[in-house]
Formats: sequence, C-alpha cells, structure tokens
Amino acid sequence: MPSAVDLARSILPAGAGRRSRQRAAPWIVLAALLVSLVALVPLAFIIWIAVQTGWETVSALVFRPRVGELLVNTVLLVLIAVPITIVLSVALAWLTERSDLPGARVWAWLCVAPLAIPAFVHSYAWITMVPGLHGLGAGVLVSVIAYFPFLYLPVSAALRRLDPALEDAAAALGLGPGRVFARVVLPQLRLAICGGSLLVGLHLLAEYGLYVFIRFDTFTTAIVDQFQSTFNGPAANMLAGVLVSCCLVLLGLEVLLRGEERYARVGSGAARHQQRSRLGHATLPCLLLLAATALLSLGVPFVTIGRWLAAGGSGVWRLDEIGLALGQTLFLAAAGALLATVAAMPMAWISIRAPGPLQRLLEGCNYIVGSLPGVVIALALVTITVRVALPLYQTLFTILVAYALMFLPRALVSLRASIAQAPVELERAASSLGRPPLKALWSTTIRLSAPGAAAGMALVALGIMNELTATQMLAPNGTRTLAMAFWSYSGEIDYASAAPYALIMVAMSMPLTWLLYVQSKRMAGR
Amino acid sequence: MKFTLLPLAGAAVLAIGLMAAPALAQDDGIIVYNAQHENLTKAWAEGFTKETGIKVTVRNGGDSDFSNQIVAEGSSSPADVFLTENSPAMVLVESAGLFAPVDADTLAQVPQDFQPASGKWVGVAARSTVFAYNKTKLGADKLPKSLLDLADPSWKGRWAASPSGADFQAIVSALLQLKGEAATADWLKAMKENFTAYKGNGTVMKAVNAGEIEGGVIYHYYYFGDQAKTGENSKNVGLHYFKNQDPGAFVSVSGGGVLASSKHPKEAQAFLKWVTGKGGQEVLRTGTSFEYAVGKGAASNPKLVPLADLQAPKVDATTLNSKKVTDLMTAAGLL
Repeated sequence: MPSAVDLARSILPAGAGRRSRQRAAPWIVLAALLVSLVALVPLAFIIWIAVQTGWETVSALVFRPRVGELLVNTVLLVLIAVPITIVLSVALAWLTERSDLPGARVWAWLCVAPLAIPAFVHSYAWITMVPGLHGLGAGVLVSVIAYFPFLYLPVSAALRRLDPALEDAAAALGLGPGRVFARVVLPQLRLAICGGSLLVGLHLLAEYGLYVFIRFDTFTTAIVDQFQSTFNGPAANMLAGVLVSCCLVLLGLEVLLRGEERYARVGSGAARHQQRSRLGHATLPCLLLLAATALLSLGVPFVTIGRWLAAGGSGVWRLDEIGLALGQTLFLAAAGALLATVAAMPMAWISIRAPGPLQRLLEGCNYIVGSLPGVVIALALVTITVRVALPLYQTLFTILVAYALMFLPRALVSLRASIAQAPVELERAASSLGRPPLKALWSTTIRLSAPGAAAGMALVALGIMNELTATQMLAPNGTRTLAMAFWSYSGEIDYASAAPYALIMVAMSMPLTWLLYVQSKRMAGR
Repeated sequence: MKFTLLPLAGAAVLAIGLMAAPALAQDDGIIVYNAQHENLTKAWAEGFTKETGIKVTVRNGGDSDFSNQIVAEGSSSPADVFLTENSPAMVLVESAGLFAPVDADTLAQVPQDFQPASGKWVGVAARSTVFAYNKTKLGADKLPKSLLDLADPSWKGRWAASPSGADFQAIVSALLQLKGEAATADWLKAMKENFTAYKGNGTVMKAVNAGEIEGGVIYHYYYFGDQAKTGENSKNVGLHYFKNQDPGAFVSVSGGGVLASSKHPKEAQAFLKWVTGKGGQEVLRTGTSFEYAVGKGAASNPKLVPLADLQAPKVDATTLNSKKVTDLMTAAGLL
C-alpha cells in the first residue's frame, strides 16, 4: 500500500514555509540526497534489468497476448472503479458535511472506518458471502468498497473548509442549488478529488490479495505468479516494468489534471460557518445510501469474520501461534515506522526551511518510489541482495528498508506539516545560545514536530501491518506476520482459522484509523 | 506530551524488539525451505525436535519459487533442507549441483521408485492426480477418459485448474515427458481456450463443489483433507482417477534434500532420515495431510485408494523439466 496521506498534500497550507527561506546545512542536504538515492534503487534496477535482458527478450516478454490481457484488465479496473469511487465519495462527503442528515458525525466516522479493514479481508468477506464472485465486476465492487475512504477523507476535509460566501454569491446571482454545486463547489474540490483518485488508482495497481480471492488478474497478481513460478526470472521483471509505467502514467495524469489554479480564500476576517442544506423528503433515501455503504463496507466484513469465528469455535484461537505473529507484526511495524520517519526527517526539514529546485526533485523521486507497488520494490531488493549484497539477504534490515521506501511519503507528509508549524526562530535561538547544529535541531524543531512524527509513524505502521506481498518475499526466516498467517490459512480454504488474524488486524488498525479521522477534522479547524 | 512521544516510541520499539527478537533470530538449529503444506512440515518438525532436541526453523513458500531461489542463492543459501510437493523443483536444484548426497541409510528407507538414481534427494511423500467433479452436474458416464480429452472443444468452459501452482506444473511436466513438446504445447493452447483459472487446488475444489464449474484437475488429498474437517467444500465432489497409465494418472513424488552449502549437514541429514523413517511416515498415515506414505513398509491412510491400484504412468522423476514447463505455459498465455 503506498502513501495514504498523499491526500494531505492538498490540505497543506500552500507555501507555508516561504517566509523563512534559509540555506540548508550541507549535512542535511547530504542525508536527504542519500535517502533519495536509496529510494531510487528499485527503479534503477528495473531499468538495468531491462537493459541487461536485451531488447529481443524484453519485447518477447512484454509484447505478448497475456500482457495485453493484463493491461486490458488493469486499465478497465482503474477506468471503471475510480469514477465510481469519486461519485460515491463526493456524495457521501456532501451528505455528512453539508447536509442536515441525522447523525452526520457518526456517519462520517463510518465512512472512514473501512480503512481499518485490509483490502484482502474485504475480499475474503465477499467471497464468503457470494462464493462465485469473480472477474471485472467483482473487482470493481470490492475495490470501490475497500478504497472509497481514501477519497472520502480529502473530499470531506475540503468541503468543510469551503468559504460559504462564494456559494452565497453564486446563489444571489441566480444559480439554483444544483448549479451552485456544479459550478462553485465541485471546482473547489478538484485538488482533493485528484489527489484522492491518484491514491485509489495506485492502490488498484498495487493490490494483490484482494484480486486473488475474486480471481481477477492484474499486473500485480501476474508478477507474483511469475515470481512463484520462476523466483526472479526476467518475465516477472518485465511485467514489473510495465506496471511501473502504468504508475508513472497515473502520476503524470494527476499533475496534468490538478492544474495550477489557486483555491485559497483571500480577504479579511474569518469565513462564516457553513449552513447545512436541508434534505427534506430526500432524507430517507440519503440515509439509505449511507446505510447501504456502511453495510457493504463494514457489515459484510464483520459479519463474515463473526461467522467464521463462530464456526471455528475455540479451536481456531491458537494462542501461541497468534501471539508470536502479533509480536512480530508489531515489531516490524514499529521498527519500519521509526526508520521511515527518521529517513523522512531531512527531506521534510529541507522542504520547509530551504525549498528549492533540488528539494523539489528529491521529493518528486520519493513520491514516485512511494507509488511503486510493494511487489516491485520487493522483487528489486530480493534480486539485488541475492546477487550483490548477500550479507543483507533475508535480513531484518532489508525488509525494513523496503517498508521505509514504500511508506516514506506517508511519513514525509505528516512531518512536513508539523515542521511548518515549528518556528524557525527557536532553532536560531538555540544555535546562538551555543548548541551545535544537530542538538539545536533536536531540542527545538524535532521536539515540536513530535506529534506530526507520531501521526506519520502511525500511518506507516498501519501500512506495514497490512502489507503482504513484500513481507512474504523479503521476511527473515521464521517470520510469520498476521497478514502472512491470514493469507496462508485462507489459501488452504481454512477460512475459520484465518478469521482470528483478520479480527486482530482490524482491531489493531482501528485506533490508527481513528487518529487519521481526528487529524483530518483538526486540519479543517474543528 | 509533545516532549515524550519520540523517546516513548523508541522505547516501545526496543521493548517489542526484545520480545520478538528470539523469533526472528535464525542462527540455531536447521532452516528448512518448506514447499510442502505448512501443517505437515510443522508436524514433522515438531516430531523431530521432540526426539532429537534439534531446533527447526521453517520458511514457507512454493516449489518453484524456492527451487529458483536456492539456485539464485547458490552456495550461500541459508537453507539446510529443502522439502517440496513435487519432483521438478528437486530436479532443478539437483542439476544446479547444489544438493549433497543423501545418507545411504536414509536412501535405504525408501524404495527405488521414489528416489532418483543419483541419490541426491529422496522421496518423502507422494500424491496422485485426480479429476475432481461435481457429482450433481456431471454423471459418472460423462467423465473424461484421459487428461488429453480436456483439450477437446466439448470441454470448453467446463473444467478448472490452478496453473500458477507447482502442482499443476508438475502434471504438465509429466505430460511433457510422456507425450513430447509439440503435443504438450498444443494441449496447453487448447487448455487456455477451455479452462477456468483458479489460484490454488483447494480453491478449484471449492468451485467444483459449489457447482461453479463441472470439474477440475487437482491432487487427491484436498478432498480427503476437507472430508476430515467439515466437508463443507467437498460434499458434492467426486474423485475420478484416470488410471490406465494415462498422463492424468501421474503420481507426483514429493522430495527432500540436503543442501551442499548447509552449515549443519549432520542435523540436516538426521532430519531427512527422520522424515523418511518410521516417525515421519507415520505422520502421513495418521495426520490430516492425506498424502501417500512412501517409506518401505509404511502404510498410507486407509481411506485412500492404495498407491498400487492407481495404474500410474512410468515417469522418470529425474528428468522432469520445470523450466521448459513454465516457458511453454508462459508461451501459451497461462502465466
């Protein structure tokens, strides 16, 4: 799962750090450069393998009917699932933020909560409810259900911050409510929709477990198939190359669609509180929409897990096994989150304190790498460590590096926001009082950015806990995370034994999701 | 609170690390790259550890990825023992020259039929190919006579398999050896037209049971395993054994071998000896794996059709070519 908080990009106050431009200490730049270089390794690796394999083999492996099939599947999935997700999320966000829907606050939380359920658990639930479910239709259905909160979060945050004066002006000029929404509200949601859609799209490209359950082949599932048949054969790497190109296309598309418009409100005073629209007779159907969404995205997984837990009885609670998996998962999540946050620190500092062309380039690299599917990063790291860095092969270090690369953008976004709020003057004061640079930084900015760092770490940890493909390929011998155990049981159709793992993963993700929800509220000033 | 968060997080990481570190440590005992079913190898490892006190760390994966992985790791592989579900993976590692010879007394525990002449690895269990069919959708008289029949257009959309699994790829490798490359390539092409892909043999059986599809080519023990549990995924399933030396009657030998690069060769050899010996083979008879026992004088689970009655084709396990199979399957668009 790549960056969940990419969405926060659109929420950040634009150019918050411009005032305090200063020259960055060379060691910080060096650290940031180093992190970016490491981050670029998987990408460079794919290119290197392609060059090494030779054009003839590459074209034979890339231009074949199977790749065409996969491309059609993957493109159709993105083209159908993303627009549906946009419409659904905007509708839900408007209802929970701008209408007088009864219990709006509860519904808002229910729209975010599905984030706590790993995508493959959604799929596991659906395949239990509707055993024959498969193909594109099923892929779209489960994808929308699993990923709409990624769009709901930024869209609802953006809606909350809109200045109602613009809408009033449009209404005063004679536009009906529908046209006000289309011409005034919707355009202001553009950044949020673009960012969220990108995130959803990248998840669709990277997800593995979800599509295996419902037998829908995408590039990611095909890469894993090839990996399982040939380990690190050229066919897998070539498929990875095509998949990376798809990710780059999505990134480019987002930049293109995002545009350069300014969305900030200018003027004196604070924006007035928004009026909630009256739903009137539409209340019931709107409630039904929200109830249906909650039922599909929360009801189905919870009922299924409950059903399997009941069917399995106490026999499925193998406590020693579960305890071990829980311990290992927590350790990997905590260590990976720490590494990602530390690695993001220099970059985040530069982007606030000393922005410039170099910083933008480095940051761009990190976003691109963060958008790569876990399977691609893992494939690269496996091959590199086994060929040239054998002492690092199958070590804790390598898997933590993989996590850090995959989830760096999550840490970066949270850190950047909180560093922006730490006054640079404190750093200078500390320096002038005789602290050496690192110490000055530690005792001021780093301490003040701790809440942001903690939020970022939580997000990274959330990602790591639910990560499956990279973990399976890179984990040290004897490792068995919750996700791995869940996957292995459900692979043997022992759905009952898999249920406790699903439940624990959801239970552990819930608090982090709550944190994310609260943070998005706070960012909007409520 | 702001000031304590980071150190707190650090302390938490450290604490959890200390808790989990022993589980992640890998320097004591032997490491088994296990492509067999997790539960079976777990039972073997526990039995072995109980008897000898030697610790066993299991890394789970599949035949094909592990065999290729061991080749990629070469002489620096961390693995001591490699256990598979099928022979082609063993052949791949053997031909890369990465196996140490298996101890003579281990080889002596297993009949010649279930080990290669080279003595570089040894059979630890066996499984039979079957056509699992939905009893309500497919009458016993409509069953295919041969695996090759499934290429016929009349079977379009009616059968399933798990082509990305090593199990099915082993069946294809037997077909390749018995019928040659051209016939196999044609059959795979027809298969791509006719069949429905699932991931995992268990999933195939579940679909057959639910009536999503009439039949599927899998191994026998999925059925017996499910019957022994709840039977929920096999109550409508019948097993059809092709017999008659048909490629579809192929009996696949699961292998075990000790890596030449093993840092604990003595312990690794002892493990293999235990698995092929009385204790290990008894696990096959009494456990829930329902794979065939192969040790001399070892009996399989009485619920199974006896190995001797399967009329399996004579296949030389040492020449099963997994690389050629994945190439052919990739060319047919199955991978």
